[in-house]
Amino acid sequence: MTDAPTRSPADEVEQILAVILPASERPARPSAMSTVWAFAWRALLRIKHVPEQLMDVTVFPVMMLLMFTYLFGGAVAGSTATYLQDVLPGIVVMQITWISMYTGHNLNRDLTGGIHDRFRSLPIWRPATLVGPLLADAVRYALATAVIMGLGLLLGFRPGAGVTGVLAGLGLLLVFSFSLSWVWTTLGVVMRAENAVFTTGNMVMFPLTFLSNVFVPIDTMPGWLQVFANVNPISVLTTAVRGLFHGTPAGGAITGVFLISGGLLAVFGPLTMYLYRHKT
Amino acid sequence: MAPKSDLAVEAEGLVKSFGSVRAVDGVDLAVPAGGVFAFLGPNGAGKTTTLRMLATLLVPDEGEARVFGFDVVADADAVRGRVSLTGQFASVDEDLTGLENLVLVARLLGFSPSAAEARARSLLEAFDLGDSASRQVKKYSGGMRRKMDIAASIVVTPELLFLDEPTTGLDPRSRGQVWDIVRALVAGGTTVLLTTQYLDEADKLADRVAVIDQGRLVAQGSTGELKASIGAGVLHLRVRDPDHRADAADLLARSLQAPVDLGSDLVSLSARVPDPARVPRALTELAEAGVGTSEYSLGQPSLDEVFLALTGRPVETSAGDDGGESA
Repeated sequence: MTDAPTRSPADEVEQILAVILPASERPARPSAMSTVWAFAWRALLRIKHVPEQLMDVTVFPVMMLLMFTYLFGGAVAGSTATYLQDVLPGIVVMQITWISMYTGHNLNRDLTGGIHDRFRSLPIWRPATLVGPLLADAVRYALATAVIMGLGLLLGFRPGAGVTGVLAGLGLLLVFSFSLSWVWTTLGVVMRAENAVFTTGNMVMFPLTFLSNVFVPIDTMPGWLQVFANVNPISVLTTAVRGLFHGTPAGGAITGVFLISGGLLAVFGPLTMYLYRHKT
Repeated sequence: MAPKSDLAVEAEGLVKSFGSVRAVDGVDLAVPAGGVFAFLGPNGAGKTTTLRMLATLLVPDEGEARVFGFDVVADADAVRGRVSLTGQFASVDEDLTGLENLVLVARLLGFSPSAAEARARSLLEAFDLGDSASRQVKKYSGGMRRKMDIAASIVVTPELLFLDEPTTGLDPRSRGQVWDIVRALVAGGTTVLLTTQYLDEADKLADRVAVIDQGRLVAQGSTGELKASIGAGVLHLRVRDPDHRADAADLLARSLQAPVDLGSDLVSLSARVPDPARVPRALTELAEAGVGTSEYSLGQPSLDEVFLALTGRPVETSAGDDGGESA
């Protein structure tokens, strides 16, 4: 690197003295909302500077949708067109719930680096460091959803409930993912390496996603597996989202999603914050 | 509104353990407001842990500490409003640009979006980082990153700035720049509490020094007081012929009635001098005994020698277990 024109030490001291801002002139503390927004902004900037991380939410869903539709469509539902109606909501669920791991992963990055210390030594509303990035996740969710829905519509996906139904389904999915995120933030605080968050997360999500009704009807499974698949939160969520997309809302499943989401948030929200505060 | 205190930091009996290791083992501190206070000690001595407790990032197991009269546990938010910490590791987001990092910190401190940007730009200019404002921090050199770290710490100039090993790993020029920044901040009224393992850094920069070793303070005072505590000065001497060094050491020890340390290069030796008046006679005796000297000087002891005198070990070899310190 070439040196900038060197300044004399006296210049340097002079320049720095000129930007001293005494604490008496500090602005009023920011509200919790604007603190949350600042952290969301940071998460968005990180996406902007490292766009590679968007591969997961653009290329991957396309692959999944094409592969499953054309590979299993005929075998599972008799035709790819029929299968697409069922599998597309499932793939949206899979993508969004998997993307929810990002915040836990990024939190772990901050904790293992030094920036966490800076945030913790600021007089700010602490949960904002976690809530802000969770809001920014909405961008990833939106992108992944747009990609899947766009491609789906081209391939012949026709949601029976139209735009309102799809929005309702996505809204419910968002509620669930926001709550699920706190499981990953808990992992993010506990784990010692950022990759461990994804590895552990995948170990949880892989069986939950495949041993559910996302790809195949549960009644084709052996009895003992049906027991698990029926209570699997991903099955409950998929049933609810499918129902809303196609205009056949399943009240029980929707209530179930709210209960599970509330439970996850109630347990893992405070747990994350407790661990986060006591992290050395 | 506030408990006011002339002391920037007061601590009594601070203890922090990690597992079975007592990283900080009963530290008492009194840091006056204004000036630079240096925590001097080898890796793993407990410097960082002490700093983190004072900056409200760690809760002490025992003891208590106040910053400008505010308790670091009970009044943590009041403390956070007055201090700023520049940690040992980059405390900025390396994926973001320099400008974005400073805007983020300014927003978190309550600046409006436009005021945050203006503040960030003027800081970047003052720290000579203006040309790199829109480059990602991960592309900065070590010295530039350090300046970024410090700039982020003074978006609102704190009353007390903690700098954890601010110049470790920097080239001499960047090191000089960091020293200039510290001096400027002190001139502007900020108290700086820094940790260092470099004796010359404490010597050049600090008004007061606390020497810490294995979690305990072994000495505390002005650099002058510390040096004085081990004698009026030190006589450094180089003999012409390495074979004569042992004789010279004997002779000096007798003549000065003080311990003599041998240097690592076969010809140098140094002796603590309780009374400088004895030095001329000692030198004459050396000459009469036929020991040729190529060089001698009488000076204040270096902090190296202070550390050796206080702990019985030189600084370089006492680097030990770093566990718990680095996090």
